Amino acid sequence: MVTLSRTDVEHVAHLARLGLADEELSRLEGELNHILDQYAVLSSVPTDHIAPTAQTIELENILREDVVRPSLPSEAVLGNAAETEGDFIVVPAILSGD
Amino acid sequence: MTSDVTRLPAHEMAARLRAGDLSSRELAVAHLDLAERQDRGLNAWLTIDRERALAEADAADVRLAARRTMEDELPALLGVPVALKDLVSVKGGQCTAGSHILEGYRAPYDAYITERLRDAGAVILGKTNMDEFAMGSSTEHSAFGPTANPWDLERVPGGSSGGSAAVVAAFHAPLAIGTDTGGSIRQPAALTGIVGLKPTYGRVSRYGIVAFASSLDQIGPFARNVRDAAALLHAIAGRDERDSTSSPVPVPDVLLHLPDDDDAANGLRGKRLGLPREYFVAGMEPGVEARIREAVTALEGAGAIVEDVSLPHTEYGLATYYIVAPAEASANLARYDGIRFGPRRGAGQDVLADYLATRGAGFGPEVKRRIMLGTYALSAGYYDAFYLKAQKVRTLIKADFDALWAQGFDALVAPTSPTVAFRLGARLADPVSMYLSDACTLPVNMAGLPGISIPAGLSEGLPVGLQLIGAPWSEAGLFGLARGYEAITADADWRTLEPADLPALDVPSTPTPADRLAPHAAVAR
Repeated sequence: MVTLSRTDVEHVAHLARLGLADEELSRLEGELNHILDQYAVLSSVPTDHIAPTAQTIELENILREDVVRPSLPSEAVLGNAAETEGDFIVVPAILSGD
Repeated sequence: MTSDVTRLPAHEMAARLRAGDLSSRELAVAHLDLAERQDRGLNAWLTIDRERALAEADAADVRLAARRTMEDELPALLGVPVALKDLVSVKGGQCTAGSHILEGYRAPYDAYITERLRDAGAVILGKTNMDEFAMGSSTEHSAFGPTANPWDLERVPGGSSGGSAAVVAAFHAPLAIGTDTGGSIRQPAALTGIVGLKPTYGRVSRYGIVAFASSLDQIGPFARNVRDAAALLHAIAGRDERDSTSSPVPVPDVLLHLPDDDDAANGLRGKRLGLPREYFVAGMEPGVEARIREAVTALEGAGAIVEDVSLPHTEYGLATYYIVAPAEASANLARYDGIRFGPRRGAGQDVLADYLATRGAGFGPEVKRRIMLGTYALSAGYYDAFYLKAQKVRTLIKADFDALWAQGFDALVAPTSPTVAFRLGARLADPVSMYLSDACTLPVNMAGLPGISIPAGLSEGLPVGLQLIGAPWSEAGLFGLARGYEAITADADWRTLEPADLPALDVPSTPTPADRLAPHAAVAR
């Protein structure tokens, strides 16, 4: 069906925000291609006129009144963050310095 | 052993509590003592919270004492111990999902089902081991070491809810909660010789549960008998506005009143059951097939009508599942970035570098594989070929089942797992061989249906699970059929057996499951 090259594996890892060691990338290249081989069976199924299924129950448009309700206290929300300052979570700089 | 309260069914525990013959504290202590003494060899618990459990037990005893003399109907599980898979939020407690990336995280709120169990007066003993983020079929992918199978400590208990299955099989708890995305309740139930149900998609709110694949995940019960599993489902099922996928379909109270043996056996008469030929797959062990065929014969003997049927798209289930589930997982697991919760790695200078470091160090190999697969299947240029294609084939898989319900079948009968419990390490080297463990269970998730695994005897000394699959919202019917099978096999020799390796767990120097896996893991990883 499709073959993933080492460059493809590195690209996907970057998209997925996974920092992987060289040996992990090498192992994944083999494993992912082996798994992708199993997907090939699907290309033999005619699906041109079949609608996709994203969920299996008939529920739709679940609505509720837009009312103010208590939320978790900020201490509870902030309590798990690696670094906080006041009521804020400290994050690394997102924009470069210049 | 008759005086050992840990051996009682949950409904008898509840009855003794009401009668005042037993206190919830005594019951909790008996289970906690056993769990603490035996978990070295099992590694089924990630945390046992004795202090919290005893406080809950004392509160249950107060409720029991206050209301025992009154007419009020007490909740079915009042004072009964339960174990939770470690992806269910309990306010203030750990919730690792079997991953290093959630180490140190404390849940700021209770899951919906935790609230329900509290209201029902159940006593939460602790949290159980699992494959990381519920990705796996053996519990060997836990970041905190594998769990052993009480029937043979050299073997896996199945997964991903292997810890929950093992604690129930080993009498550390009469009841446990698991989740099932492709078989993660039914397959470990089968491999440890207990009952496990995956409810209809939408039956139980997932609020406060760590998400894996949101169009497939469901929460369900483990127990050692059908009645107890039904009572636990009754305690947790129902509409919750905080999970928009939870359904308003009523939860029938018959779940609390399943029939006695004679009525249950009579209930099988005239029931129309389908035997899907595609579920007798290549690679199925002869001993497993033999037990399933015997179960079919027994059901027919009790008056059920069993017909061969076909689910023609079954062969595409595995590939379809291993596109849809990883794709949804890659999106769900994007939130683990070390910013709002979980350990953060990196120098704190560059947000992208910190993400890569945090996620690279925090996730284990199977989770990385699935994130990679899912990200690839959703990426530009491949979406149509993989994800959209899989969603279309999913329609066909679901239509196979719908056609049988339209013909009036009450349920389908199938094996739960093509094999009995496999050896620790046996499938770690080849992810595809591990994925095949779920070939008979994952189509049920794809179609959103309820499925139950019940014990159906042993093959080579290890449990075999019989799977019953029903139409949407037919849990009560499935439990009725399962009760019927339980009743007609009540006198079978294998029903009296306890897991063979329980005595080995009492040896203080017994090897841990990690010790047992180590010689194989060196080859596998």
